[in-house]
Amino acid sequence: MLSFVLRRLLQAVLVLLTISFASFMIQGKLGDPVRQMVGTSVSVEQREALRDELGLNDPTLVQYGRFLGQALQGDLGTSYYYKESTLTVIANRLPATLELSFCALVLVIVMATPLGVFAAINPKNWLSRSILLFSTLGLSIPIFIVAVFLMYFFAIEWRLLPSFGRGDTTQVLGLWQSGLFNKDGLMHLLLPSVSLAFVMTPIFIRLIRAEMIDVLQSDYIRFAWSKGISAPRIYFIHALKNTMLPVITVGGIQTGTLIAYTILTESIFQWPGMGFLFMDAVTRVDAPLISAYLIVVGLIFVVTNTLVDVVYGLVNPRVRIPGYSA
Amino acid sequence: MSLLSVNHLNVVFRQRHQDLQALFDVSFSVSRGERLAIVGESGAGKSILGYSLVNLLSKPGVIDSGSVKFDGRELTTLTARQWQEIRGKKIAMIFQDPMITLNPVLSVGDQMVEAIRSHTRINYNDAKKLAIEKLAHVRISSPAQRFEQYPHELSGGMRQRVIIAIVLLLRPEIIIADEPTTALDVTIQAGILQLLKQVCEDNGVALILITHDFGVVSRIAERTIVMYAGRIVEQGPTLEIINDPQHPYTQGLLNALPQMALPGQRLNQIQGNMPALNNHPSGCAFHPRCPYATDKCRENTPGFVFSGVSTVACFAIEDMLAEFDPEGGWQGEVEDE
Amino acid sequence: MNILHRPLIPTSTKPTRLRHILSAIRGDKLALFALLIFAFYCLVALLAPLLAPYDSSSNDFMDLLNAELPPYWQSGDSRFLLGTDTQGRDLLSVILYGTRLSLTIGVCAVLIQLLLGVCIGLLSGYIGGRLDTFLMRCADIQLSFSTMMVAIVVLAVFQALFGNAAYQQLAMLMLIIVLGIAEWPIFARIIRACVLAEKEKEYVDAARIMGVSKVRIMFRHILPNTVSPILVILTIQIANAIVAEAALSFLGLGMPPTQPSLGALISSGVNYLFSGAWWIAVFPSITLIILIFVMNLLGDWLRDHLNPQTGKGVP
Repeated sequence: MLSFVLRRLLQAVLVLLTISFASFMIQGKLGDPVRQMVGTSVSVEQREALRDELGLNDPTLVQYGRFLGQALQGDLGTSYYYKESTLTVIANRLPATLELSFCALVLVIVMATPLGVFAAINPKNWLSRSILLFSTLGLSIPIFIVAVFLMYFFAIEWRLLPSFGRGDTTQVLGLWQSGLFNKDGLMHLLLPSVSLAFVMTPIFIRLIRAEMIDVLQSDYIRFAWSKGISAPRIYFIHALKNTMLPVITVGGIQTGTLIAYTILTESIFQWPGMGFLFMDAVTRVDAPLISAYLIVVGLIFVVTNTLVDVVYGLVNPRVRIPGYSA
Repeated sequence: MSLLSVNHLNVVFRQRHQDLQALFDVSFSVSRGERLAIVGESGAGKSILGYSLVNLLSKPGVIDSGSVKFDGRELTTLTARQWQEIRGKKIAMIFQDPMITLNPVLSVGDQMVEAIRSHTRINYNDAKKLAIEKLAHVRISSPAQRFEQYPHELSGGMRQRVIIAIVLLLRPEIIIADEPTTALDVTIQAGILQLLKQVCEDNGVALILITHDFGVVSRIAERTIVMYAGRIVEQGPTLEIINDPQHPYTQGLLNALPQMALPGQRLNQIQGNMPALNNHPSGCAFHPRCPYATDKCRENTPGFVFSGVSTVACFAIEDMLAEFDPEGGWQGEVEDE
Repeated sequence: MNILHRPLIPTSTKPTRLRHILSAIRGDKLALFALLIFAFYCLVALLAPLLAPYDSSSNDFMDLLNAELPPYWQSGDSRFLLGTDTQGRDLLSVILYGTRLSLTIGVCAVLIQLLLGVCIGLLSGYIGGRLDTFLMRCADIQLSFSTMMVAIVVLAVFQALFGNAAYQQLAMLMLIIVLGIAEWPIFARIIRACVLAEKEKEYVDAARIMGVSKVRIMFRHILPNTVSPILVILTIQIANAIVAEAALSFLGLGMPPTQPSLGALISSGVNYLFSGAWWIAVFPSITLIILIFVMNLLGDWLRDHLNPQTGKGVP
């Protein structure tokens, strides 16, 4: 067990190193820090001197080492556009993205679990077939189309909900700006999170259904039936618990998809989160910000994945710890 | 009156294009406290028979016709709700592989208590006390500790004991045990079988033991049913069947036991394989593998006759009996007389 | 040698399998319907230059005087059945070409996935050992990054590196390569699993004993048996690639407006959606959704049909 956890941690560190090296290369290739600092008015000699001073003429590996050292101390450079530490810029945007993802996930769980379970329990029922058909349809509508048309109808045509931005926020415990605790913030949250949930729900309905069908065929479920236990208890205690473990792992792997979808949703609704920030940074060729975003997202991503893996291994020791398994 | 009586039971698997019949006209009965073995190779329909007795056939399988009566009450027409009361409480079942029979995410205690509490109004602590008592009864050491543990913390033999304890909790009148020791180490098989036999004797529970192993049968069951390709081919008292098997298939099974071969000799396996469900032979299903098969066997299905030892479905036995028995003399004139 | 080992190959050869699938699909109305629509899309994509009322390469294709004309039934202008876009292009023609482009990118990307997947999967499964462990570990990690995330980031960085104008020249190639590389593990895993299963079978042993070379064993004996599982994921992978391409184009990281795929068309239409020119975004959206929907339906149907163990219930 310990060796499994250690192996996972080692892997996480390796992945993070790769990501950090990629972001380092991006930062080096994109834009010229010297020009950003002094503009074009300085002579070539002075610039060279500055380059030496900044260590830009050192071998790549030395520069990378320095980059890594600074990154570990929480210094990921200064944004060209915001003239602020990139980490601060990102940290200001982080709560918006987290709240959006959180609300979307809550919606997904609330909708996908009952539908998936129902479709698994009554596989031949017409309602199950329609659930499945609609989840295939839902899977086939790209998120940006969902978002655009939700916005068009609810915000433009019917004027029920705001179309962009985050609305009012309140300071929570002095920690972050939250839109969850006032009506305006929640109204703004509704459309983006429904769009996100709309495309994630079908994935989870299908996942829960498939896992649950497998579980329901297992011997321990048959044994539970043979004990004369009530159907609800078998479905919701015996089967659902076993269904949720693999669902959580696959759900953890969907973090990447979620991050990608937040970029799309945030761009459409101009949601002031990290994804929107990233697309802005790309248009402005704000190299330090792009590379900092990569590192932060990489970190979030690697931590969730490793955590899900390790937790799955801990909660569920009956699994042969997979070196690799399908 | 017998406790469980099965009459002309037919089970089919409904497929889109054709129905595949898995059990043909199965009839037998079990009395209170009796231990009955059902023997056959895999694919003979023993497990399907076991599952159909508790209405747990897997999906396309249904009871097509026939009746299963428990204590005089017809079971095949029960609703799901009524089944819930019968299962566990009247008829309990033990499965083949204890490693996958217990739910991995629920503790042993949870799985015991829920069984009691879904049939009786009893508070958690009393149920727990009862459960620990039963764990001790199946000779599990430090039962209070085991109660809290999860299945993966127990060995295979231990799990099968836990399963037996769970099954005993509700004081069922019949236990159906489907190959209860096949998945276990040879070294602990005997212990589990002994335990199973003893708890049945102690509690006056009837046992239907499904197995492919005549060695197991001889130690436990008073009566034996031999099945082949979804049909009963022979039934009678265990000792007599083992000493003087009548049906060629039973003879083949017994001859194939390792004990029957001399050291260094090859095992006497029956030639050929059990037919698949979609490839059922005409007439007596065993004829392609039977050394005594005649044209009659290929065309007609034999009925049951009493051979003096057991009840057998075989034309060879029927013919032999007819030769000795003047009452049925018209049958004796056949063939190369 | 040829004559010797040919009979050892299992009988499930391609034409019979295909016939089997076709005969089964005829019994399922929904699947048949999906197949017909998909075939229609493929045909339209292939014949776009012949079918389109206007030639996308001609000079009078774009005429700002005709910009934002509504569809025929609203404008009465019979020249443009589905209206025109913001640059005065006939929307029907643009959609036809866009479909062609989207399908091309999707298929090419999946071909790259398939090529990489087959090579790596065969290598990993057949050679085994440490190489296998290493490759499958990489596959795990690569898969855990979602394709969309990787593609957005990589393309965004390239766009920033090259500048917008240069990037647009390379957009199609970049899309195909990035989407192609991002999902090789899906095919590699399946091929590896098949190889491991097939490796144990007697005919492979027999071939090996007869001295057939490893490469030959892999390509002649093992690969044909991976056709079914590959077929199942192929459709879904192409659908996914098309969606990913559309999303990337929507973000401005894919095809440029001058050479629009369906995603790029929707992207340019969205701005006019709010000013009333709904058709520019709506028609390409419907086209895209139907295409992806029928492909997903087909993929699901193939999976259920080729792995029949799913879909059972309990009493």
